[in-house]
Amino acid sequence: MEIIRQQVEQNPVVLYMKGSPQFPQCGFSARAVEVMSDIGKPFAYVNVLDAPEIRTNLPKYGNWPTFPQLWVKGELVGGSDILLEMQQNGELAELLADIPEAQ
Amino acid sequence: MSVAQTIEQSVRDNFDVEYLELLNESHQHAGPATESHFKLTVVAPDFEGLRLVQRHQKVYALTQELMQNGPLHALSLHLFTPEEWQKRGGTVADSPNCRGVGS
Repeated sequence: MEIIRQQVEQNPVVLYMKGSPQFPQCGFSARAVEVMSDIGKPFAYVNVLDAPEIRTNLPKYGNWPTFPQLWVKGELVGGSDILLEMQQNGELAELLADIPEAQ
Repeated sequence: MSVAQTIEQSVRDNFDVEYLELLNESHQHAGPATESHFKLTVVAPDFEGLRLVQRHQKVYALTQELMQNGPLHALSLHLFTPEEWQKRGGTVADSPNCRGVGS
């Protein structure tokens, strides 16, 4: 749990997903990456398939049962359904407005 | 009761449901399970004043047992207030296909 707390507090934007942004291993994780790429802001990611402890503990930490999960500034934003919805209604861009653009 | 019946019943028992659609999308995913992936759309006034993440957490709380100890693997959620539902003309995004890896 301590590792998770550090990850979500030290990274302004972090996506917990199955696979990597280059090779997502699940359709929902792939969708989350697509949304984040469109938004164009940099994000850290954790491949939970390589991190069994995080895969087990994060659902309890965030009260959220599945992956992907996007965390922004230490708070859970949601999974791929929520990201898509917030991309379409503009709330995601708003939430990430003060994050600098990717280099 | 089937997984679908269990999900529908507990949502109806806990929310003032105005519209509910539950689709079994297990065929879009790899593996032998036939009651693993569902997409649930619910329109209910209960969601008013709640952020998306909070709405989803309320529904996931109802399906916790099915996810932890049952066959339910992914539950795509589209949760709206009656007003939001009317504004969007009663449509939701399609779910992605699975990539067949990472259970």
